[in-house]
Amino acid sequence: MDYRPRQLLKGFTASKGRLVTDDASPGSPAPLEPVGAGSPATPSAEPLLVLTKATKRFGAVHALDDGSVTLFPGEAHALVGENGAGKSTLVKILAGVHQRDSGELLVRGTAMQFNGPAASRAAGISIIYQEPTLFPDLTVAENIFMGRQPLGRRRAIDRRAMNREAAAVFSRLGVALDPDRQARGLSVADQQIVEIAKALSLDANVLVMDEPTAALTSVEVERLFEVMRTLRAQGAAVLFISHRLEEVFASCQRVTIMRDGRLVQTALVTEVTVDDIIRSMVGRDLASLFPKTETAPGDIVLDVENLNREGVFCDISLTVRRGEIVALAGLVGAGRSEVARAIFGIDKRSSGTVRVNGEELPNGAPLAAMAAGVALVPEDRRQQGLVMELGIDSNMALASLGRLRRFGLIRRSSERDLALSWAEQLQLKFGRIRNPVSTLSGGNQQKVVLGKWLARRPSLLIIDEPTRGIDVGTKAEVHRILDNLVAEGMAILMISSELPEVLGMADRVLVLHEGRLTAELTRAEADEDTVMRAATGQLTGAAA
Amino acid sequence: MTTEVTAPAPPSDRFARAGALLRVRELGIGIVILVAFAITTLKNHHFANASSVQQLLSGAALIALLGVGETLVIITRNVDLSVGSVVGLSAYIVGTTFKHHPGTPVLAGFVLGILIGAVVGAVNGLITTVTRVPSLVVTLAMLYIIRGIDGVIVNAHTIDPEFIPKAFVSVGYKTFLGLPWLVIIVAAVVAVVGYAMRSFRSSRDLYAIGSNPEAAELAGIPTGRRVFTAFLVSGTLAGLAGSLFLALHAQIDVTGGVGYELTVVSAVVVGGVAIFGGSGTVLGAALGALLLNTINQSLVATKISPFWNQAIAGSLLLVAIAFDRWLSLRVARSLLTAEGAHRDV
Repeated sequence: MDYRPRQLLKGFTASKGRLVTDDASPGSPAPLEPVGAGSPATPSAEPLLVLTKATKRFGAVHALDDGSVTLFPGEAHALVGENGAGKSTLVKILAGVHQRDSGELLVRGTAMQFNGPAASRAAGISIIYQEPTLFPDLTVAENIFMGRQPLGRRRAIDRRAMNREAAAVFSRLGVALDPDRQARGLSVADQQIVEIAKALSLDANVLVMDEPTAALTSVEVERLFEVMRTLRAQGAAVLFISHRLEEVFASCQRVTIMRDGRLVQTALVTEVTVDDIIRSMVGRDLASLFPKTETAPGDIVLDVENLNREGVFCDISLTVRRGEIVALAGLVGAGRSEVARAIFGIDKRSSGTVRVNGEELPNGAPLAAMAAGVALVPEDRRQQGLVMELGIDSNMALASLGRLRRFGLIRRSSERDLALSWAEQLQLKFGRIRNPVSTLSGGNQQKVVLGKWLARRPSLLIIDEPTRGIDVGTKAEVHRILDNLVAEGMAILMISSELPEVLGMADRVLVLHEGRLTAELTRAEADEDTVMRAATGQLTGAAA
Repeated sequence: MTTEVTAPAPPSDRFARAGALLRVRELGIGIVILVAFAITTLKNHHFANASSVQQLLSGAALIALLGVGETLVIITRNVDLSVGSVVGLSAYIVGTTFKHHPGTPVLAGFVLGILIGAVVGAVNGLITTVTRVPSLVVTLAMLYIIRGIDGVIVNAHTIDPEFIPKAFVSVGYKTFLGLPWLVIIVAAVVAVVGYAMRSFRSSRDLYAIGSNPEAAELAGIPTGRRVFTAFLVSGTLAGLAGSLFLALHAQIDVTGGVGYELTVVSAVVVGGVAIFGGSGTVLGAALGALLLNTINQSLVATKISPFWNQAIAGSLLLVAIAFDRWLSLRVARSLLTAEGAHRDV
């Protein structure tokens, strides 16, 4: 089977091979100047939705102290804040999942009190959650129309009509998904598409998207923005939550910033800078999001030659030296994670060699790779990186159990010591070291995964999406940790879908397109345009 | 935007189609039943006649009826282990009523059984949805509680056939178009509930709840009410099964319905209902019950020690679950490679 890009990439045309960040450039103004956009001061337009001073407490925890946001018809409104700032609580209040303790909610001027998600939906509010909320056993069409399936005779569900309507929504979106297939097995991006189709079919006039782009690459994000534009053109308001500030500037007219459960400010995006936003979010100046010290690369640690895995990637040759970060860039589905898995030995390679510090690694043997000093921090920390119910200490010690063993038994105290020492080095924010990792924020969970592997003192760290779904403050900390590691002589192979991260942190950038290396760029050569062109296969002749 | 479809690669496409066919579980079970029947007939020529087919069907009817209710519950990612004891309770109370109040109308006997089952089902549903205690524990406790009550009220007495009205008992053996009324009643329940499970929004909610409980909440599905209803239906059908049990056996003692719950769960799982909820049909569950009974009868007819029966039923269960697991893994994997995606759901 030859390698094919995922169908989502089909909507991407050569002429649109641009970054999401330049969407707001003068050459391509937002296609629709929203009515009353951006200015709460414009009294002419009546707001679709006004939430004022909403509060929510869970026991002693004040999740939300002042949740306030106003949405006008036709506007895309960003909601930003660090994890724990109360964004999700605010979303869940709008969704009817949580009931606010106090505060006021007006939808088209009418005071509302939602007693459940159904009431919110009936009021024309549609939510796309960060984690897709599909029913894997049901068909795609049924997922879209759950609870409001078209009915035929005797109030029985008319499956044909349902599939037809689903297909109609998909063609509006320009995607080709079979409405009658099971949702099980859909890629994350396709799941997101189904969620969007659901929102579209509801004809919602308020669409709330909670970090919809966390799992998407630039091209898919671009498609999402098109959907947002379509909805806005129909007079809907979009509340857009994202950790990627460049997306906020690219697609939104106004931004509301929250911190510690409170509204900090709402502003036009044209009136604020990234630095302003970050300062409001964290309440202090951030040193830099991408602290990068110049290092002189040393000996070759990882040497990959002609690596092949049939149907997934082919002919991959690369090296990573001591003291350098090599980024593996590309679109989702380009085979980046697969290359990492093959190097580490989770997947078998069809041909090619992998050498670590000169020693050839056997094929398909993760234990041998670990013994040779390789560590792999996977992209999905919840599924692949952590045992969520286990304590911080047990998770940190998980990859080092061999060393902690005495007479075949693991001592809790040695787990604890190891975990405490790494928690301190990584500035982990936690309650008690025995608390389950599920109680930590996403950023701190990522630090635990990092700590787990760093405790083995690897010479090569492969890290897949180091900062996905992590708030800005912690993101900078993770970057600083990576920078310190290479300064101490570690070799890092980093996979990232966030271009600023790739450009900000990498000494060299390798770009994959459809399973092939299409470019190798030095830090000086790499810019957004070149990387994107290589990632979409429009850069030729520059193969590594 | 283009709307071109990424054609899945041929091999996985072929597999997906085969998978779709294999997933029509009802067909597979039907074939296995026919094969078992054919092999038995080869060994024992007396096996293939109308009366043994009747026996196969009536023998499976009660388990199939219980299986219908159990399917609804299991689809919501719950389980109802109390059904066996409900059969005993309902049969005994109906029998006692006939004994102490001769002249009780036949129909009243059925209504009474159904009501008893409905009450137990409602209690199961309430405790499960209100306290959020796992239904495994709730219904296991209910199983013992009712068995205890059974023991107290039955108190080693047996309701003998002479107390049961002839018309009531005739439901167990009288036939219509060659089928015992018992079988017709159960088939009707399977058909009605089967249609409802396919066609009504509220019953699709049950699948959604079992498929992804959190998403079901977010989608605004009244999960508590739906799960309650599933338990109510399961209890109600178990109550009806109690009345039918009495009609079929014409007597009832303290052992009535003992161990049914596990047979029912086996039949449902063999019939293709996923034990963790979200998928399966009542027709599959009914066929699962028929398959277990067919094997049971085949062993008798071929003079193989009936002790093998349980071992075979157990093996079937393992095969069914392993097969499901293997199939879903294969399908998921082939879909993944076909799309070149690198994430699992």
